[in-house]
Amino acid sequence: MSPATLAIRHAQALLGALGRLARSPLATVFTLLVIGLALTLPAALGLLVTNAEVATGGFTQAVDMSVYLKSGVSLQRAQRLAERARTIPGVQSVTVISATQGLREFRKYSGFGAALDALHSNPLPNVLHIVPQPRASSAVDLERLRHDLAAWPAVDMVQLDAQWALRFNAILGVLRRLVSTAAVLLGAGVLAVVGNTIRLEILNRRAEIEVTKLVGGSNAFVRRPFLYTGMLYGLGGAVLAWLILEAVLIGLTGPVARLAQLYGSGFVLTGLTGRQCGELFGGGLALGWLGAWVSAHRHLRNIEPRA
Amino acid sequence: MIELQRVSKRYPNGREALTNVSFFVDRGEMVFVTGRSGAGKSTLLKLIALLERPSRGTVSVNGRNLGALKARHIPAFRRQIGVVFQDHKLLADRPVFDNVALPLVVAGAPFPEISKRVRAALDQVGLLGKERMLPMELSVGEQQRVGIARAVAGKPALIVADEPTGNLDPELSIEVMRLFKRFRDVGVTVLVATHDQHIVREFGSREIMLDSGEMRGGDPDPLPSLVANR
Repeated sequence: MSPATLAIRHAQALLGALGRLARSPLATVFTLLVIGLALTLPAALGLLVTNAEVATGGFTQAVDMSVYLKSGVSLQRAQRLAERARTIPGVQSVTVISATQGLREFRKYSGFGAALDALHSNPLPNVLHIVPQPRASSAVDLERLRHDLAAWPAVDMVQLDAQWALRFNAILGVLRRLVSTAAVLLGAGVLAVVGNTIRLEILNRRAEIEVTKLVGGSNAFVRRPFLYTGMLYGLGGAVLAWLILEAVLIGLTGPVARLAQLYGSGFVLTGLTGRQCGELFGGGLALGWLGAWVSAHRHLRNIEPRA
Repeated sequence: MIELQRVSKRYPNGREALTNVSFFVDRGEMVFVTGRSGAGKSTLLKLIALLERPSRGTVSVNGRNLGALKARHIPAFRRQIGVVFQDHKLLADRPVFDNVALPLVVAGAPFPEISKRVRAALDQVGLLGKERMLPMELSVGEQQRVGIARAVAGKPALIVADEPTGNLDPELSIEVMRLFKRFRDVGVTVLVATHDQHIVREFGSREIMLDSGEMRGGDPDPLPSLVANR
């Protein structure tokens, strides 16, 4: 068979599938809706994760470290150590909080003023306050930085004020796993929906299939329109899922902006990127094709012409 | 063109439809398969059209042993023969044109050629101008002729017809048989199953007579020498 003939046959099968879907619009819309909703859930979870990542990108300013120097370390040496800390990759800023300054703040905020007056000398050490760069704020990066600083001889201890950041990253990890689990489960659901729809259509068109085989239609020829129907269902469902997501995002924009404002953040919800759209549409198409293929393979071979 | 050697067919329900049938049909020959209902005529035709497989013996069509034909080659084989059914097996929801075009579409013919050959086939059966009608809108005789047009549209070398006149009055029956004779005259091999003795006498073609699945009279000898030379 020449490539041109094959192309014509595929075009015929595609047009035939489109025509049949258009002829029963209500059934088609309901099937698309089921597939679309099944694809919406994992896509929405995926969006939640990406947006949470973007949102915390702003919060990492709050991730910081307090490096407590040993009590004998002078302020001049603390300044030199601060200079050195600034050269470490991933460090955004280093501020020296002198023992005197620390004592003043402690006196002001702690309410232990009278007790402090009883002391003969300042018990507080000099402290370096380090803010890492946002791109170097993952749990692993922070832990590495803390470890490096703690190894300095002049450093007594490093306090990482980022326990919540680690927890948040762990929560994101759980969400990411949830996304892939939901994608697998609901993908199986899409396979079942497409497979069953194709099965019913094969049963409905039994006579036609029989006659087509009778006049010499090969299995591939008979199967082709069903594969296109499956692919159209999958792709249509994916497009529907995308539209649903966009609508949900539009609905959420206002409330999210108000929430972000309260936190003093300029965070804005983002929709699916071009690449994510591609994955959604490609995934829908592939699931539709696979569901149709499995169903057609199983049911078409049982239809053999009987005169 | 067609050759059966000691062919028997027993259905899964135990009924033996054919017993030890052997015959040979030459290229361009028109042969009637006759016998009462249930004599095995339909089974015989199904074996030739590869709608059934024999329990014993070999069936060859166009020099090919059908028993050795792999499943994936069956569609290509079916495109080489035109089959006409008593209940004509037309698609009720498709117009006449689509029904006749089906074998050509399946074979991957380009549309201009499909259009040309469908018209030619409909012209041959006298239905030109009814392309857009649905089968239901036609008379029984016309429906049968649509079935014949579909069988000949692909220009097969062999036409197999199972009781093509079963639902027709004698006049229409003669007309349909004349149609088959015209195809025979242009070199097509035609095998027609019928219980209508009147028609067989009228056309005087060779007759393969079946009775309870066995051959009676006709030419019981499968001409082994001829067979061996093939």
